[in-house]
Parts: sequence; C-alpha cells; structure tokens
Amino acid sequence: MEQFLQQVVNGISLGSIYALIALGYTMVYGIINLINFAHGDVYMIGAYIGFAAITYAKLGFFPALVITMILCAILGVVIERVAYKPLRNSTRIAVLITAIGVSLLLEYVMMFFVGAEVRSYPKVLSGEVFHLVGVVINIQQIYIVVTAIALMILLQFIVHKTKIGKAMRAVSVDQDAAQLMGIKVDSTISYTFAIGSAFAGAAGVLVGIYYNSIDPLMGIMPGLKAFIAAVFGGIGSIPGAMIGGLSIGIMETLVSGYGNSMYRDAAVFAFLIIILILKPTGLLGKNTREKV
Amino acid sequence: MLEIKNLNVHYGVIQALKNISLTVNNGEIVTLIGANGAGKTTTLRTISGLNKPTSGEILLEGKEITSLSAPQRVKLGISQVPEGRRIFPDMSVLENLELGAFLRNDKNNIKKDMENIYQRFPILSDRKRQTAGTLSGGEQQMLAMGRALMSRPRILLLDEPSMGLAPLLVREIFEIIKDINSTGTTILLVEQNASMALAIAHRAYVIETGTIVMSGTGEELAKSDEIQKAYLGGE
Repeated sequence: MEQFLQQVVNGISLGSIYALIALGYTMVYGIINLINFAHGDVYMIGAYIGFAAITYAKLGFFPALVITMILCAILGVVIERVAYKPLRNSTRIAVLITAIGVSLLLEYVMMFFVGAEVRSYPKVLSGEVFHLVGVVINIQQIYIVVTAIALMILLQFIVHKTKIGKAMRAVSVDQDAAQLMGIKVDSTISYTFAIGSAFAGAAGVLVGIYYNSIDPLMGIMPGLKAFIAAVFGGIGSIPGAMIGGLSIGIMETLVSGYGNSMYRDAAVFAFLIIILILKPTGLLGKNTREKV
Repeated sequence: MLEIKNLNVHYGVIQALKNISLTVNNGEIVTLIGANGAGKTTTLRTISGLNKPTSGEILLEGKEITSLSAPQRVKLGISQVPEGRRIFPDMSVLENLELGAFLRNDKNNIKKDMENIYQRFPILSDRKRQTAGTLSGGEQQMLAMGRALMSRPRILLLDEPSMGLAPLLVREIFEIIKDINSTGTTILLVEQNASMALAIAHRAYVIETGTIVMSGTGEELAKSDEIQKAYLGGE
C-alpha cells in the first residue's frame, strides 16, 4: 500500500508536467486544428532558458520560471507567425509536415549552440524530504504540483473570464462568426500560441529541476506523451488535457514501480492504441462536425 | 448609408457575383431576394468583409471600406446575422450576447443594451445561463439577432432569418425586424421567403445567378408578374 501511494505521488508530479505540456497541444489543436509537433521542443528550450537564468543570471526559482515563460511565449508566437501563418489556407497535412520541420530545426539548432551533451541542472530548490504515512515527498515535487495547479487555475480564469479567453473559445468554434463579433482571428491565434508555449516553458523548468538533467532532444518523448495525454483527455478539451496528463503520469510510474521501467513507454503507447479503438474522441472530446 | 458599386466576387475560377451594384439608404429596410445559389449570401459576406471581392467598391456613408477587415467593419457599425445563425453553441446565452459587444468598452451602456435585448426577446432573459446550443431554432435566431445588435450597428445585415422556422415564428421574426428598423437601425435583408420580405421592405432587389435583374419598391416587386411567377408561386 505504501509503495502504491508512493508511486501515485511520484505519478502526480510527473503527470502535472505532462498536463502542462498537453494543454498547449490541446489549445493549439482546438483553435487551428494543428498537432503542433514543435511543442515538445519549446518545452526543451524552456528548460535551457531556465538553466541559463539560474546558472548565469543567478536567479531564483520564481524569477527564472517567469522569464522562461515570457521568452517561450515569444518563441511560440514567432513560430506561428513564421511557419504556420503563411499556410493558413493550405491543406492540414502541409502544416503538419511544417510542424515536424520546425521541431527538427529547434532540436538541431539548439544542439549546434549548446552541444549535444547532457547538462545537469543547477540546484535551485532544496532536496529536503517529508515523510507522510510512509510516503516520501520532496520539496521539488511540492513545487511542481503547486506551480502546475496554479497555472491551470490561471488558465481556467483566462479562458472563462477574460476577453482574450472568450475570443479564443469563439475562434475555436467558428472563425467566421468570431470575426463578425469583431474578433481578430490572427491575434487570437497568437495569444493561444503564447499561452501554450509559456506553459511548455514552465514544464521545461520543472522537469529540469525534478530530473536534474537536460539535453537538446529531451522534448521528443515528453512531447509525444503529452500528445497522448491530450488525445486521451479529448483533444481540444482543456480539462481533458489536465486529466489526461495526470493519468499518463500515474500510469507510467505505476508500470515502472510494479512492472519494469523498460515497459513504461510501451505501456503508454499501448494505452493510446486502446483509447483510439474504444473512444476515438477521448475522455471529454466531442464528435466534431466537419465544416463544409 | 451603404453603397455597393460594380462588385465582382470569385470562388476560385467560378464567378459568384457579376457587377453587383446596390444602395441602402439611411433608415430603410432593403431586401435582396433570389433563389438558392443566386449569390445572396456571398453579397452579404462581402459587405461584412468575410469574402474579398475581385473588383468593385463598398462604401459606408461615402467612405470606402473595401480593403478593411471584418472586425474593422464591425467597429464602423456593420453587423451581420449569418446564415444558419452561427451562435456559439457551447457558451451560455449571456456569453453569446457579451461577445456581440466584444469591441465595446462602455460597460454601463452594454448593460443597458443587454436589458433592451432582454426586453425585446424575453425568452433570452429566461435562458440567460443556458447553453446556447440547447435553444430551439427560433430562440437561436433571436439570440443571433440580439448578439448582432449588441455591437450597436448602424446597419444590420440579416441572412435568411426565416430559414428552418415554423410559419408562426417567421411572422414573429419579421415583426421584430420591422421593430428594430423603427428604432433607427438600417436593415439589409436577404431572403428566400420573398413574400414576407417584400411585405416589410421599403425597397427590394432581385438577384439571379450573380446578377441583379430587377429592383424597385417592395410593393412594386410584389405586384410584378415575373416576381409572382418566379418567387411567389402565382400564375
């Protein structure tokens, strides 16, 4: 029982990171129907920005997190403007292939500048641990979960209470009708990329702190898993991405803890296949009408 | 108020509008009638900025607006109720109305206008918190009209407000249109239901395969033989 609880605690910390990344996937998909494969690499760059902010600028956790989120937001907007916007009226497959291209570009440009080697993340939080009914919880896990929850609450607030959020929801349902309300579609899409990328950047910093190591290809696997989380929750659905992220995180740690960590990734992908067979729209997804 | 000069619109190689010219004067109800596929919706979408013309001019109070985006035109006072209503189904009635006032910042006046809309459409007030997708067709049409009015338009473009509604409701909607007009909003109405549209319109245009073929007062056209035969089911 204790081991089970321990794995669940570990799974929640890992899962909240997946959830943060999954939110960006799901928001971008919701608004322009694009699976933004470069999203995992924005997360990687976020980890490096946080690394630089802590190591060279000697910043603490929160300032580093905020700076990373701002810079990643800008990166996300630039990617959208340069790579995706010119393809607004072309086929979906063209944009999808471009996204894969952007992903490779970010990975190897980073590799060129920072080298391919793994770097160890600076210690910015103490490694202190608590014991709670036999379960070990460390400070980092608390920071991760609290940061993730705070960001998700912030996102819910933005989406439901602010004008930008309402514009995002309107554009994701019906771009023409949104324009007739006076909503600028292009800037709404930019905001969506900015928010999604900022969240990915935050996830990058959290992962760096938690796993203590970063490298230019670190975005690939978590990117794919967060994508699975988004699909599991129902792509396009924000609460779905949160639930999906947590489920995938917990599943992974349970498989590692009770089975074999070698099967961790296989289990997650097998799970994706099962979801796609049983409920192709995901947990909270809706059957979308194809617009004619 | 609104003037369209020699408008041409293409979808790819297909020409949807051929040299359309029409005028809507301040305070009028003008209707554009025609069969399915004649180019009615395209005309409205080009006026509101959702479609780009290949050539021609659109003037709002003498000012050229042809190159402006749809949101910029909303700001200048053009508001469209699109075909099929296109309300935001997952949002509440209230949120839909709020989106109608997206470009406005005058909170107090928005509140006042919202009250006016609820007075005009009491059913919307009852269903404020309900998701818009759960409303009936007639209620959705009222919501779409209310939403369009929330931007305080100078000219309201209505695309087939009677589509898919029961005859009794159609009559009600047309009464509402007349009423909106009487409070000073100019209206350009696109309809397949020619008899109803001609009955309330000050002036009318008939469009066939992308060309305006007739125009006149609502009464004149309602009496004309050709219109009787083609659109009103007369002999």
